[in-house]
Amino acid sequence: MPSPAAPLLAIPATLILALGLMIMPLPEWLSPWRPEWLAMAVLYWNMALPRRVGVGTAWIAGLLLDVARGALLGQHALALALIAWIAIRLHQQVRFAPLWQQAITVGGMLALYLLVILWVDGITGHEPGTWHYWAPLLTSIPCWPLVFVLLRGVRRRWCPHLA
Amino acid sequence: MTLDHRHQHLQELRSALATLVYPVQYAADLPVRIGRWTSEQFATHRTLISRNARLQAENLRLQGRMLRFEALQAENARLRTLLDTSSRVREEVVIAELLSVDLDPFRQQVVLDKGRVHDVYPGQPLINAQGVVGQVLEVHPMHSIALLISDPSHALPVRIQRTGLRTLAMGTGNPKRLELRFIPPSEDVRVGDMVRTSGLGERFPADYPVAEVVHVERPEGAEFAVVQARPLARLDRTREVLLLWSRRQEQAPEPSLEEAPPARTPGQDASPPAGVTPDKTEPRGDGDA
Repeated sequence: MPSPAAPLLAIPATLILALGLMIMPLPEWLSPWRPEWLAMAVLYWNMALPRRVGVGTAWIAGLLLDVARGALLGQHALALALIAWIAIRLHQQVRFAPLWQQAITVGGMLALYLLVILWVDGITGHEPGTWHYWAPLLTSIPCWPLVFVLLRGVRRRWCPHLA
Repeated sequence: MTLDHRHQHLQELRSALATLVYPVQYAADLPVRIGRWTSEQFATHRTLISRNARLQAENLRLQGRMLRFEALQAENARLRTLLDTSSRVREEVVIAELLSVDLDPFRQQVVLDKGRVHDVYPGQPLINAQGVVGQVLEVHPMHSIALLISDPSHALPVRIQRTGLRTLAMGTGNPKRLELRFIPPSEDVRVGDMVRTSGLGERFPADYPVAEVVHVERPEGAEFAVVQARPLARLDRTREVLLLWSRRQEQAPEPSLEEAPPARTPGQDASPPAGVTPDKTEPRGDGDA
């Protein structure tokens, strides 16, 4: 029987793990292709437990990502909060859709997420200037079923009673 | 929020958050550290012996050069007092290790394992054994973030060693390329020229090697030549850097010799070319030959 505090630990633990994956060193040629682990983890929790994990959590996670990656403070936070809000609005429809449809929806949200970040980058004069900027989108969509199954496992194991 | 940050109001918050995130960054770097450690542990006896021999030879060679260097430095200091110019800076270094943490792949930044408690300050120059690496951007209690000279927003005041021509080395986003800006096509720049810091801008000490010119192009009718250089410090490989403290030896009030050109701090974008038009300084004979 998991302790009552388990969900309070399990969700942040997955988010911190995702944050670690976002900054883990990868070979240089692979690094632009890194999937957006943190955004996907946040989206999963938004859709699975919309009452527990909301826009605020997304905001904080985004803020930490900003600091960890040396981006402008608030850049990822803004983008992540925006797609978290959309995910919460849509969670009823998306939650029971088949995995591949979910992956497409999530892909759309991630595209918006990248677009917002690109927009801020553009305003501040940091345009990446190559199509590689969109590479995470191509790798994130195939990774969604993996994220979904893993995090569903976490949710069933440690926070079964939450809605 | 974003604008707020540009005006540096959120520095404290950022610092607090950065300290919070540092353990995650440290953990992300751990696999690399462990890999290096194990490969060191299992290095064979013979490799160790050969490496030791090589290092000893190198040490001997460097010490030999150091002897001459100290004599030259003493002589230089004596000549400078004769000339009554401001004294050179005394430099101290501390080794900092880079955390292999991937920041934004489109920005040229790195995380260092030294922070405010180690007296690191923003704008502090970073070098390694080959040349200039970058400068410290943000200082947090236990770590700091540095901007490499190859970042597109970084400009480094440099001069070309052979001719003394002053120019700016701008980052391009590619760790193997810098662009030398504002060089009129008539100037004498050749492939293979050594580029060194000029010490203008008062952030980097003068005469550290920066890059080597690899490409010179003089397009018809263009106002400036297109000159590209390759940084000598291998920015994408380096694992350890030296933090440089330049301490000015307090002496007679300085003549405004160094302030004559507009102080351009690297990291800021270059102002209009008018203010930056390089003029030829008289070739200085301080041991460049």
